[in-house]
Amino acid sequence: MCTYITEKIELDGAGKGGTGWFTLSEGAVYVDHPYHACHEHTVNIDFTNPAEGPSARVAVELTEESALALIAAIQKALSSAPPGLASAHH
Amino acid sequence: MNDAIWAGTVAISGHADAELEAYLARPLGDQARGGVVVIHHMPGYDTGTQEIVRRFAANGYAAILPNLYSREGAGVSPDDQAAAARAKGGVPDEQLVGDVRAAAAHLNTLDHANGKIGVIGYCSGGRQSFLAACSLQIDAAVDCYGAFVVNEPPEQFPLKATPLLSKAADLSCPLLGLFGEDDTYPGPEEVGVLDAELDKLGKEHEFHIYPDAGHAFFSVDRPAYRPAAAVDGWKRIFDFYGRHLSA
Repeated sequence: MCTYITEKIELDGAGKGGTGWFTLSEGAVYVDHPYHACHEHTVNIDFTNPAEGPSARVAVELTEESALALIAAIQKALSSAPPGLASAHH
Repeated sequence: MNDAIWAGTVAISGHADAELEAYLARPLGDQARGGVVVIHHMPGYDTGTQEIVRRFAANGYAAILPNLYSREGAGVSPDDQAAAARAKGGVPDEQLVGDVRAAAAHLNTLDHANGKIGVIGYCSGGRQSFLAACSLQIDAAVDCYGAFVVNEPPEQFPLKATPLLSKAADLSCPLLGLFGEDDTYPGPEEVGVLDAELDKLGKEHEFHIYPDAGHAFFSVDRPAYRPAAAVDGWKRIFDFYGRHLSA
């Protein structure tokens, strides 16, 4: 099935895509058919900057287990760092 | 017998005169032939769909695949174009109809065109194939597992897709529908509603719902591929076009 559902978020950071580093402004998360991964469905995450055009994009396609492991790893890494260390307001 | 084909990228002028990239394949022989507009799935203008275009040419048709995401920028890779188009809510229906009209017109300018036009689309393109056939004068339309022809998309649905059932009375040609029994978008129930509506309207159509197949069963490079359904589906497509696209 195509779920089509897209969760969008604003992002502040940088990513490295096919044309080098760029500033990130948006992210999209959706569970759908992947473009490249050899699974029926994956959790697809796009890190983008629409102002710099469609090529300003870092794409990942993860299995559900991988996506959940990534979430846990991000939370673990943040919780073991001093609170607010990576905050935009630091 | 001359079974050679030509295939490559061409430029066409789409809806609102936007320049579109398109992939064209046609036989090199001089027999009169029908044309087929191929509508790609949501992941975009990919190599798998280009292969489908060549398959039509190898079977005697001139076929064209307009890149519906061309407006996302020339020289941008198709997967990035698809992601950008998706983030914007997909392709508006009016634009799709204009792009298909332009692609069909291009086919009819080619040497040996017999003036007959078929459309075929996969996934979101299945819905768009039905939309084109209800909006333009087409000779034969194929809908491969297009969702949201009958049902409303889920609430969180970001695309500008609305059900098309109210347009069914305007269907301009016979319709071949190929679906998977295990698909949920569209599920067999949604297919049944469309089938009944077309019966009621007296519109010529032929639907096949394949067992052990879900969404995207024609996609040879995806785990969704189901050889039995795809092989039978291709046979039915060529039989259908053979009947409706000959001069």
